[in-house]
Amino acid sequence: MNQPAALPSSTCRDAPVLKERGQREVFCGLTGIIWLHRKMQDAFFLVVGSRTCAHLLQSAAGVMIFAEPRFGTAILEEGDLAGMADAHDELDREVERLLSRRPDIKQLFLVGSCPSEVIKLDLARAAERLTQVHAPHVRVLNYSGSGIETTFTQGEDACLSSMVPVLPETDARELVLVGALPDVVEDQAVGLLTKMGIGPIRVLPAPRADSALAVGPNTVFACLQPFLGDTAAAMERRGARMIQAPFPFGEEGTTLWLRAIADEFGVDDETFEQVTAAPRARARTAIANASAHLRGKTIFFMPDSQLEIPLARFLTRECGMEAVEIGQPYIHKGLVGPDLDLMPAGPVISEGQDVDLQLDRVRAARPDLTVCGLGLANPLEAEGLTTKWAIELVFTPVHFYDQAGDLAGLFSRPLRRRDLLKLDAANQPSETREVAR
Amino acid sequence: MKLTVWTYEGPPHVGAMRVATGMKGLHYVLHAPQGDTYADLLFTMIERRDHRPPVTYTTFEGRDLGEDTAGIFKKTCQDAYDRFKPQALIVGASCTAELIQDDPGGLAETMGIPVPVVALELPSYQRKENFGTDETFYQLVRALAQPMEKTPEVTANLIGPLALGFRHRDDIEEVKGLLYEMGIGINVVAPFDATPEDLTKLGQAHVNILMYPEHAETAARHMERVLGIPYTKTVPIGVGATHDFVAEVAAICGVEPKKDLGRLRQPWWSKSVDSTYLTGKRVFLFGDATHVRTAARIARDEMGFEVVGLGCYNREFARDIRALGKEFGVEALVSDDYLEVEKAIEDASPEMILGTQMERHIGKRLGIPCAVISAPVHVQDFPARYSPQMGWEGANVIFDTWIHPLVMGLEEHLLAMFREDFEFHDEAGPSHNGGHAPKPVAAAGATAEPAGEDAPAETGSDVMVWLADAERELKKIPFFVRGKAKRNTETFAAEQGLSEISVDTLYEAKAHYAR
Ligand code: SF4
Repeated sequence: MNQPAALPSSTCRDAPVLKERGQREVFCGLTGIIWLHRKMQDAFFLVVGSRTCAHLLQSAAGVMIFAEPRFGTAILEEGDLAGMADAHDELDREVERLLSRRPDIKQLFLVGSCPSEVIKLDLARAAERLTQVHAPHVRVLNYSGSGIETTFTQGEDACLSSMVPVLPETDARELVLVGALPDVVEDQAVGLLTKMGIGPIRVLPAPRADSALAVGPNTVFACLQPFLGDTAAAMERRGARMIQAPFPFGEEGTTLWLRAIADEFGVDDETFEQVTAAPRARARTAIANASAHLRGKTIFFMPDSQLEIPLARFLTRECGMEAVEIGQPYIHKGLVGPDLDLMPAGPVISEGQDVDLQLDRVRAARPDLTVCGLGLANPLEAEGLTTKWAIELVFTPVHFYDQAGDLAGLFSRPLRRRDLLKLDAANQPSETREVAR
Repeated sequence: MKLTVWTYEGPPHVGAMRVATGMKGLHYVLHAPQGDTYADLLFTMIERRDHRPPVTYTTFEGRDLGEDTAGIFKKTCQDAYDRFKPQALIVGASCTAELIQDDPGGLAETMGIPVPVVALELPSYQRKENFGTDETFYQLVRALAQPMEKTPEVTANLIGPLALGFRHRDDIEEVKGLLYEMGIGINVVAPFDATPEDLTKLGQAHVNILMYPEHAETAARHMERVLGIPYTKTVPIGVGATHDFVAEVAAICGVEPKKDLGRLRQPWWSKSVDSTYLTGKRVFLFGDATHVRTAARIARDEMGFEVVGLGCYNREFARDIRALGKEFGVEALVSDDYLEVEKAIEDASPEMILGTQMERHIGKRLGIPCAVISAPVHVQDFPARYSPQMGWEGANVIFDTWIHPLVMGLEEHLLAMFREDFEFHDEAGPSHNGGHAPKPVAAAGATAEPAGEDAPAETGSDVMVWLADAERELKKIPFFVRGKAKRNTETFAAEQGLSEISVDTLYEAKAHYAR
């Protein structure tokens, strides 16, 4: 009863993938720091990069949040490029200075960037060296958030996977939820599973370095986000086993995700029903209200957050939308396979990007709603299209039952707004175009 | 290596983008990894541009390194030309591509692209955004502008305004108006809305109006040398500066310095009695050099403020700003380290900050009102309404903008009289700003910020001991002058060799500093 009624005979999983290589219009993995630093309260993210990297972080954060947030950029200067030994010395000095000023820091991430990778600055070695210097007080890890290796949300994957090898070993049978979600959502997930009698439940990333999170052959884990492929692989290398399921967006996604975990822990149907019935009903009502403006509308996903496939599944199956094209920066079928299974073949599934060609397809299809990055939204609106910025999907609580209505609302708001605004004269529609700048 | 949290300026290629995006018919092919495309959102979101910036990025990846990144550049360049058919191309590298040394300029030259291709060399590890704007505009002018016959009537070029500038859009209209009154026509405005073809006609003008030295001084010098066009040195921000500007232009062009002061209200607004309360307000100025320089004169001569600190973030103008500091009797701060600026402001404890969006946040934390006078910009700095800084209307706008965060004149008296009153009580702050002291500048367009920015303790000091009575007395002083009272008292006490502050010390200090 908790399985989807009828699986379509030919699904998006088997559909041919349109692979493109041209200009990509996607952030790099450094961007993940914006939400990761909020989640890990004793961590500091030190990007070793250029002024561009610092400017990206500042622009993506949108506003300066704190006097001294828990991230910063060690900007490489002319001298650092010349002698590599000096660059290491400089880095040690900056880290020393930072740690003495910020005794609250227990985990330090050295985050690689394009410049640090092109000059082959070995941050893994630096992290090892610095860990020895600053142990046991501070653990120093490293990962790459560079634009030549990672896109947007892949930065979180790189960060989390760097943490897995240093997790303590355990033989306990424990459930680990993998992914950095806002606390309110994480608490809901843990609450639902706990009510089914599942536990102990751990979360990666833990809010603090000294948590009880450990991993071993009896660990099972479930990903909360569809972009955590490397982290999943790292967990598997530690002997843990992944529970596969569609991602917990919408009522159906959440139910299938919970069901997969419940099955793993032998939860009976009655208990499952008891725990989920009320929030499921709430979610259905909320979605029904919020999706009124979405039914029968077409949607086009530009590749951005890696959430595109699971969201398309939610919007087509639960909100009555029709997907024209679903683009992702890259497609990891091991993670999004279950979501692809639930969508009948039809929409174009694309991987990678050639932004100009893709925009040509958007203009030809004129979808009712286009999901895209911030650089493209206003230009497309000016062409008369309606858009939804993808970055908000990563910053807003959208997972699980009680956010399902909000999630639908994020997509319906631009459409409702378009219907609401009456910017012409009362009687004759104006042909003059407003000044946009 | 330098640890940086917030920056006043982006990398130099973002400066080049500001020139390209300000113009029409120009395309920029940038050798850069995918993440660098974030810069598009500065224009489409902050400035609400309705077009994508005319920039194509090569977005090479790790696996391309050591293979054929040069080939990727050439293909991107050709595709961009074929698709956008610009009148001219600029090509260059971002910080990462600079390291792989593909030489975009050299590559583009071999491709036989049938329009001018201007190669940019912007050293990403030494220079910053404003260098990028100035250098890019200069290279374009150098490549495209030729000596030519002057227009028969007197005309001017307006140079410097570009994309993501602080009120450039409206300043252009103001300056056009000033010139119109003198019978001077406009030859070319650039980079703002200019095409490469327009740039070829720069040489026809009789004078260059250098609106923003940060973005066009090198081009202005070049045009003076090669095209024989003199340029203006006065930036018309403020009443006095606008008068001087008109006189300077009239002298250069040999025309009557005609002005229409019909809309200028600032002088009367400043003289009227309600403005008496502005007298001697202690202000701290920080921003780009041009805006700080003009703001300093307005603050002192046209508002009656006391300038207690000033500085700029663009080192290119360090010498000018240091000289300005001398003129105002303060040590100028030249720094792009935001923590250093915060420290300087804290030490000066001004009653108001005239700064950038960065100082607005500093002010929020320190409980000091702030008005924005300079880039770097924020979505709030692009108002829908007409809101120039230059010319007569600019002077009016500045008056309104600067006094907005301050407590209004009459209200200041009421606050002192009804200190205990629920509405005017101490913590309420300026009532017209919604009563959120110490955060008087409402962050209307800003992303939600987490609560919990505690107001700094306003009494107590490392060196001085405030006796309990004195501390209570200090709290009775309205919040907007309390910082000054505390500072003055401590200075006074230190001068007197005291280590404890009593109520008497407080009032002796008050008498000492009475003006
Ligand atoms: S793409 Fe590379 S150079 Fe650009 S901001 Fe990201 S890490 Fe830095």
